[in-house]
Amino acid sequence: MHLFTADSVSKQYENHRALDKVTIRVTEGHIFGLLGPNGAGKTTLIRIINQIIAPDEGKLIFAGRPMRPDDIASIGYLPEERGLYKKMTVGEQAVYLARLKGLSQHDAQHRLKAWFEKFEMKGWWNKKVEELSKGMQQKVQFLVTIIHEPKLLIFDEPFSGFDPINANMLKEEILAQKEKGATIIFSTHNMASVEELCDDIALIDRSRVVLDGAVHEIRKRYATNTFSIRFNTYEEALSPILPQGFEVLSESRDTEHRQALVKLPAGATPNQLLAAVMPHVTVYSVNEQIPGMNDIFIQAVTGSSSPTPTLE
Amino acid sequence: MKKILLIIQREYLTRVRKRSFVVMTILGPLLMAATIIVPVYLATRMNETKTVAVLDESGVFRGKFKDTEHMKFHAVEGDITTAKVDFAKSGEDALVYIPKTEVTLPSNALIYSGKSVNINITSYVRDVMRKRVEELKLEAQLRGIQTTGDKPVSVDDILRSIKTNIGINTIKIGEDGKETKSFTEVNMVLGMFTSLLIYFFIFMFGSQVLRGVIEEKSNRIVEVIVSSVKPFQLMMGKIIGVGLVGLTQFLLWVVLTFGIVTVVTSSITPKDMKKTATEQVLHQPGISPEMSSALSSDAEGESDQDMGVVMEALQTINFPVMIVAFIFFFVFGYLLYAALFAAIGGAVDNEADTQQFMLPVTVPLILAIVMAQYVVQNPDGPLAFWFSIIPFTSPVIMMIRIGFEVPVAEVILSVVLLILGFLGTTWLAAKIYRTGILMYGKKVNYKELWKWIRHS
Repeated sequence: MHLFTADSVSKQYENHRALDKVTIRVTEGHIFGLLGPNGAGKTTLIRIINQIIAPDEGKLIFAGRPMRPDDIASIGYLPEERGLYKKMTVGEQAVYLARLKGLSQHDAQHRLKAWFEKFEMKGWWNKKVEELSKGMQQKVQFLVTIIHEPKLLIFDEPFSGFDPINANMLKEEILAQKEKGATIIFSTHNMASVEELCDDIALIDRSRVVLDGAVHEIRKRYATNTFSIRFNTYEEALSPILPQGFEVLSESRDTEHRQALVKLPAGATPNQLLAAVMPHVTVYSVNEQIPGMNDIFIQAVTGSSSPTPTLE
Repeated sequence: MKKILLIIQREYLTRVRKRSFVVMTILGPLLMAATIIVPVYLATRMNETKTVAVLDESGVFRGKFKDTEHMKFHAVEGDITTAKVDFAKSGEDALVYIPKTEVTLPSNALIYSGKSVNINITSYVRDVMRKRVEELKLEAQLRGIQTTGDKPVSVDDILRSIKTNIGINTIKIGEDGKETKSFTEVNMVLGMFTSLLIYFFIFMFGSQVLRGVIEEKSNRIVEVIVSSVKPFQLMMGKIIGVGLVGLTQFLLWVVLTFGIVTVVTSSITPKDMKKTATEQVLHQPGISPEMSSALSSDAEGESDQDMGVVMEALQTINFPVMIVAFIFFFVFGYLLYAALFAAIGGAVDNEADTQQFMLPVTVPLILAIVMAQYVVQNPDGPLAFWFSIIPFTSPVIMMIRIGFEVPVAEVILSVVLLILGFLGTTWLAAKIYRTGILMYGKKVNYKELWKWIRHS
């Protein structure tokens, strides 16, 4: 079941096409990673989902029906460019933003107090935002994003501005939101967090979706049947003992062991590799080399065409 | 709709709680009150003695004008024409003329003067006349009760029935002997004051809108908010919220100024001055320097203005029309310009970048206030006509003309065009605003703005 679908959405600006027939499907209860280099069109797509701007073409489906203006009350959005009114007190501001999302004064106050308690922010209520540290402000910002318990949460580079401890806390909280049943769209350049958090991704490059699907499937798709093997031997070379088609990509040695990266021919299994080497060497470990999202990202973006877009 | 109210509420509350708002609210009336009170205070402490000739055709007030410390009265006889000739030669300060009345007791006087008439003379003359007439009326009442033996009515009723208003007209005799009734000065003063006020408030609160928009943009809160409300709602919420702050400030100024003037004048001036406090408030705009130059009034300033004239002229002014016109031009003039200010705020990243766009917005406004002094001298001329029709200048200029006779058709045309102008600038501003607020780090020029307008 998809909570949100963008169906061949296009957006044309004065002299460039920000989105070109982009289709994404966000499964309910999943964390969906929206990836891509700067300027690929992610922010445009996110703004379209938030109905800040309208697409030129394409359909937006929310909870199984065409998206309506009042659906924004079911969305929580943490933009990349974010901030708060500096001169307003934290509590007043949080209540204001929550009410803009449709909560009543009473509900907003009630829920915020509970959250402030949980996040150990009680003393902040009457402080002005400018008196808080950057990290504290980010916490407040995160709170007002989720306070109306939206079905769909959109985080654009959520970890920027957080120190490692708070970033971890935020990650826990994002997972907790997922646990509660929220669906999350997560836009980031941090590929480690994608591997850690995302169920599915879509990679947008130059206004098009160039790669999408479940994270584990994509990684499998990019796997090249390469294994790293740690072993001990007095033989000089590994390649002579390997069967036809097996290729040693690299070799290294440390004080105790030698290590090699072996690419197997299509269809070959790690068992064949082991069978070939076991008579000659002592094997300590064999691991499949599954490419990280970082490699996949670079490969998908630079491999598809040139020139190379810059990564941040 | 609920959301726009929330935005208005926030804009309003955060502003009226600011220290600067409180300071302005206190300082404004203090300044205004001071400009009213000081001349009045000085006038009450005049040290030269004025000589006043009295021509009392009715004979009712014979011997009633007693010399005071600063005023010497002497009666003259004959008709008014010769009295005026004599007066012109005598070098006296004023000539009081009380015409003969046939049936009723006299309740009107004319005061001729070579210069503007001192406020004390007018007040004193009015006071003496009022007391004498009331005295005579009371005697008549009492006689009536005695002769007819009617049951005495209550004291209150008697007091009410003898209450008298004395009308005093002052007439200035020029050096060439030309007499001018200074009626239009009140229209001018009122018109100039209201138009200055509109000019001032448009600037002051328009730039608050500008700063508010830039603040939201540089805070980076704007994207958070437009994910909850439409950019247009945010823009209009801000414009309306700030506008209400302006109205609040204005009302507070009026009330506080009035309060201060009433309290202070009643403590520093003789009893008969008290009742002129209200008139003074209505009259106070005349003190500002722009005004006096525009009016080319004499150097003695407003303190010498005759309150009787003011009163009479005020009665000739159609206040309901003035008030409705003021509120209309005030509100729509502000709305028209505030939308433009909001668009500029949305287009730029910081206040330093606003310069290039501010010029075309502020030029018509400044032009209007500069032209105001010519318009006030010739309120029916082509200059006055065009400036009061064009929406960018009409809020300032039409307010001046309203005080004079303006053809209804021209007022309607001006009103319609201003409303259309407001809708037009708001429509245009909304397009620039909603593109601009999400655009960072881009140097915007007019070409760019034009693209935004065309493409959104």
